[in-house]
Amino acid sequence: MTNDSTSSVATEQPLILMEAVEKWYGDFQALKSVNLSVRKGEKIVLCGPSGSGKSTLIRCINHLEAYQKGRIVVDGVSVTDNHKAIDIVRQEVGMVFQSFNLFPHMTVLQNCMLAPIRVRGTSKSEAEATARRYLDRVHIGNQADKYPAQLSGGQQQRVAIARALCMQPKVMLFDEPTSALDPEMVKEVLDTMIGLAQDGMTMICVTHEMGFARQVADRVIFMADGQILEEAHPEIFFKSPQHPRAKQFLGEILAHH
Amino acid sequence: MNTVFSLKDFVFLLAGLKWTILLSAIAFTGGGIVGLIVAVARTAQSAWLRRVMIFYIGVFQGTPLLMQLFVVYYGLGLIGIQVPAWAAVTLAFTLNASAFLGDIWRGAIQALPRGQTEAATALGLPMVSRLRDVILPQALRIAQPATVGYAVQLIKGTSLAAIVGFIELARAGQIVSNQIFAPILVFGVVGAIYFVLCWPLSFYSARLEAKFAASR
Ligand SMILES: Nc1ncnc2c1ncn2[C@@H]1O[C@H](COP(=O)(O)OP(=O)(O)OP(=O)(O)O)[C@@H](O)[C@H]1O
Ligand SMILES: [Mg+2]
Repeated sequence: MTNDSTSSVATEQPLILMEAVEKWYGDFQALKSVNLSVRKGEKIVLCGPSGSGKSTLIRCINHLEAYQKGRIVVDGVSVTDNHKAIDIVRQEVGMVFQSFNLFPHMTVLQNCMLAPIRVRGTSKSEAEATARRYLDRVHIGNQADKYPAQLSGGQQQRVAIARALCMQPKVMLFDEPTSALDPEMVKEVLDTMIGLAQDGMTMICVTHEMGFARQVADRVIFMADGQILEEAHPEIFFKSPQHPRAKQFLGEILAHH
Repeated sequence: MNTVFSLKDFVFLLAGLKWTILLSAIAFTGGGIVGLIVAVARTAQSAWLRRVMIFYIGVFQGTPLLMQLFVVYYGLGLIGIQVPAWAAVTLAFTLNASAFLGDIWRGAIQALPRGQTEAATALGLPMVSRLRDVILPQALRIAQPATVGYAVQLIKGTSLAAIVGFIELARAGQIVSNQIFAPILVFGVVGAIYFVLCWPLSFYSARLEAKFAASR
């Protein structure tokens, strides 16, 4: 158990492992034999055209969507239909959505305290201290007693990030976190994510923010039609994409910017 | 024979009012508790649970309350279960109210953005917490006007309990009216009492609604 060779194997075990994952919505196949391995501390940017299965892929990781074939393992726990396993994995995986999804009937602080209290059994005072620490970290500590509707979109998304962090997850999943924001608010959210990346968080980000990908990503993964078509370091991917679909996609993205 | 509307008659009406209030309170409380279960089961993941609830709601919404009262009161007697009138009425009103309230709250739950459940699920919240902390507080707020509207219907609907022998407000009015031959006067008073009972509910509800609207 304690000899060097096994412990080094343990540290090399990927934090997230997807093996030949297939997912159908009825007759429609949304994921086709997806293989992905993410090491601790790695930052992945996932991009691809609309409908290519990016959201589906990351939603399978915390089992917001069930998949039909293959295997997903998060921090050594197999994500199957087993409720216990799913509960364990969800505690370790934070998620941030395009539409923020804050709970509108709770204050910012209550939003951040709910899950630690209900899921981890943290005491109220401890949950509040943690919540305030993370709210300060996303520079929104002075808004703790407001309701989400009283905040701007960028502020709401930063609260959503803090809310996920309060569970002290091992991985953070982002599904187009800046797509619903007015342009002037995109930067404050991206800066928050960059800070998180610099602190060593393991992240999978679905985003079309190429500047962010360049600055932060260890790997860019390109998807189309439910398949991973290309995986490369951002400099290489943006300079010389290999797959024709990737070339076309990058052409369209750049034309928009 | 007594031919003027006396204090004694008014006291008789108030005794009827007591039953009206009591029946309404029991039906709303019982119907509310069972209705919550109905609403949650009606929006559950399990398809067969949803189908059972669609049937349950359909039966109680699709048949007259009068008939449901008969079935519970006389039907249970026929199969050998003797129930006192109050128990039969309580049961029938509770079941009926649970179907209507359950359906109102089902609509409100479904009106919430999907992202609310998804965010709660992604945070790892167990089902009970998702419902109690996230879904129901929002749904009940959305459903509040319809819920109060139904409560007002319910108060008036308790007059049906008269058919199994309850002398509630409407039945008491009928009795007094038959004694003193002054239907317009007596039912005028009865109507006024119903109004005094129901109007504050509607008024309070409108105020709450305005308050929630302002806090959004
Ligand atoms: N609940 C569902 N039922 C049926 N089909 C679905 C469902 N959710 C997604 N799909 C389909 O699966 C495919 C992949 O969807 P997904 O949302 O993962 O794409 P995406 O890459 O995230 O796209 P976008 O950039 O628009 O968010 C799409 O063709 C979509 O229409
Ligand atoms: Mg998507």
